[in-house]
Amino acid sequence: MWFFTEEERELQQLCRNFAKNELAPFAEQHDHDESFNLAAFKKMGEIGVLGITADPEYGGVGMGATAATIVMEEFGKACPASTLSYLAHSMLTINNIQMNGSEQQKAKYLPKLITGEHIGCMAMSEPDYGSDALGIQTKATLNSDHYIINGTKMWITNAPYADICYIYTRSGKDKKDLTTFILEKEKGQFEVGKAIHKMGMRGSPTSELVLDKVKIPIEHRVGAEGDSTIHMMRNLEIERITISGISLGIAQACVDQCLQYANERKQFGKTLGKFQLIQKMVAEMATETEMMRSFLYNVCKEYDNGNKGPTSAAMVKLALPKMVTKIALDAIQLHGGYGYSREFPLERLMRDNKLNEIGAGTNEVMILIIAKNLLKAQQEKMQ
Amino acid sequence: MNELQQEIQLQLEKYRLDKIEPTAEADDHVEKFRMEIFNELGELGFTGVTTSEDYDGTGLGYQDLCVVLSELSKSSVSYAVTISVSSMVQGIFSQFANEQQKKKYLPALATGQEIGAFGLTESSAGSDAASLKTTAKKVDGGYILNGSKMFITSGSIASTFIVMARTGGEGAKGISAFIVRNDASGFSVGKKEKKMGWKVSPTTELIFENCFVADENLLAQEGMGFKIAMAALDRGRITIGSIAVGLAERALEESLKYSLERKQFKQEIFNFQGLQFMMADMATELEASRLLVNESARLFDENKNNQKLACMAKLKATDTAMKVTTDGVQIFGGVGYTSEYPMERFMRDAKVLQIVEGSNQIQRLVIARNLQKQYSI
Repeated sequence: MWFFTEEERELQQLCRNFAKNELAPFAEQHDHDESFNLAAFKKMGEIGVLGITADPEYGGVGMGATAATIVMEEFGKACPASTLSYLAHSMLTINNIQMNGSEQQKAKYLPKLITGEHIGCMAMSEPDYGSDALGIQTKATLNSDHYIINGTKMWITNAPYADICYIYTRSGKDKKDLTTFILEKEKGQFEVGKAIHKMGMRGSPTSELVLDKVKIPIEHRVGAEGDSTIHMMRNLEIERITISGISLGIAQACVDQCLQYANERKQFGKTLGKFQLIQKMVAEMATETEMMRSFLYNVCKEYDNGNKGPTSAAMVKLALPKMVTKIALDAIQLHGGYGYSREFPLERLMRDNKLNEIGAGTNEVMILIIAKNLLKAQQEKMQ
Repeated sequence: MNELQQEIQLQLEKYRLDKIEPTAEADDHVEKFRMEIFNELGELGFTGVTTSEDYDGTGLGYQDLCVVLSELSKSSVSYAVTISVSSMVQGIFSQFANEQQKKKYLPALATGQEIGAFGLTESSAGSDAASLKTTAKKVDGGYILNGSKMFITSGSIASTFIVMARTGGEGAKGISAFIVRNDASGFSVGKKEKKMGWKVSPTTELIFENCFVADENLLAQEGMGFKIAMAALDRGRITIGSIAVGLAERALEESLKYSLERKQFKQEIFNFQGLQFMMADMATELEASRLLVNESARLFDENKNNQKLACMAKLKATDTAMKVTTDGVQIFGGVGYTSEYPMERFMRDAKVLQIVEGSNQIQRLVIARNLQKQYSI
């Protein structure tokens, strides 16, 4: 984008090279085996992107949502699954601790998470509370100097590999009585439950997390008791923006692959690119991709400039993943039988992208948020 | 549906729930085709629905075959596709083969002891089928086939293949159709494709290295191959359409059941208008597709095959199956994305319906060509 800073452009180039060498060659195999590219994850620590939004004093880079989204886009072109794991680690765990943790907690947890020595996960959803996130039932009960936490968490990206878990619990009767803790695997503070087998994002491990009356010292609590609803809402904003970056990367990968194929593949004595039907497909997907890129990075810059808002994050999240599923389906279609085979990355990219219409809030929940916020704002104007 | 069709549907529903549904997910995961299921479907009369009773078929029409395929697709698109292609091969035999050929090959296919497959596509000849390169060189007593075929459904499980090869010059008129058995010398099954869906149905390459085919295995006459291939697609459009309808119907049923059970924000998610609108659209598109497919099948059965309508049926039904299964995953949310529920498999199985038997782009071209003909003075 024309408004990227010099530093952001360098980051883009760095991530592009990294994705080409460390992610793309292995993406298909990890998808097939449902395995995690741990080696690449560790190398992300070496090139410094894990702490993209964290303070330099803990080893972070101190950049913003624009930078994080650039990483997502570039990594997302090559391996969306590894990128999702990166997101769970860097946006949901590190960024959350950076934003809401105490000085002590930051100093204790951030350095090892930022180098990649530790892997982080964030636990919010439960089997019966998905879209209805504020209804979660995992209980935290204070008992003099510690809490007893009891419950089950669902859909936890990175859980099978996680050393650190940033977890939301219910600490009181009111709907908004939510309290966050930072849990350590080493101390037996959480157990990994059943692995979840998915349609896509198979290279990003997902499982349940089990908390069987675990005793958690009070210093693991983040902020004050009952303080976490606002933390959750704030973090969902950057999560929704950055996960949309993965979809943008997928769209660009589809466009690039289609343009190449349309110039190479011949049928009826001419290249596919000579057919108007194909021209329409590539022209529309390229146009939509440019449109999405402008929208997404514009919202990123707004966010970095302090004009944060849940509505624009939800709009980005509603607009991009949905459009990209369509683009990926069209890209498969353009490649015909080859697009459906695993020789080309397109069917994987499509399967991976579908998750982005569900994770970090479904399209339907985005609609609820956008409509609620806009209608409320209008009501306030009218009063 | 008439009484017979209702009976067929009930019988097949019982069979698929007993025998196919329980292992559908696990078999998808390990890409396992079970020949015993196909054999049993044969014993029930479902593998040769449109083949005459004279050749041990069931002697029914395409409308009846559509009922079979739709019902089967609710549990397994893969078995439905295996039957669809094998039935198409039988349809070609019935229309173009001589008496001797029919007697020799049809009974085993019709009764489901054997599977039939169709070899047209090549690595460089997909939508542009008339540019195929596999050659059949005339020699004494027969032909020598050389070349390879790509994306062949049932390639590794079929016994009887109809293979298109070039006996003459370039273009459609130089193509002939041959019957090739899987034990022919010089014939071999190549690489098995790794696919997004249809995982239970093996898709492979076919390789011909100086494969000798006797004169008696030529279908009709030399140069008739492309016409035969197009006649096959007339059937394939309708049957693929019916598979799409069955798959979409199952996806809608599951979505409705789930949305009436799953609670969020203290109420069934069905109560949210966003979901109601999605499902109202899914149901409407599904009914429109079903009517188009049924009408095309009816015309085919009455020897009034309408190419334009059949293309529209294939296009509409398969686009609908894609949309309905994609929305189905969305309605299920996170669990829809996992293999614990069948929705993600349905979505993966739907995609290739838009590609096979003439990609939906080709259907549009043919529809447009028909429109042009209709409106040109």
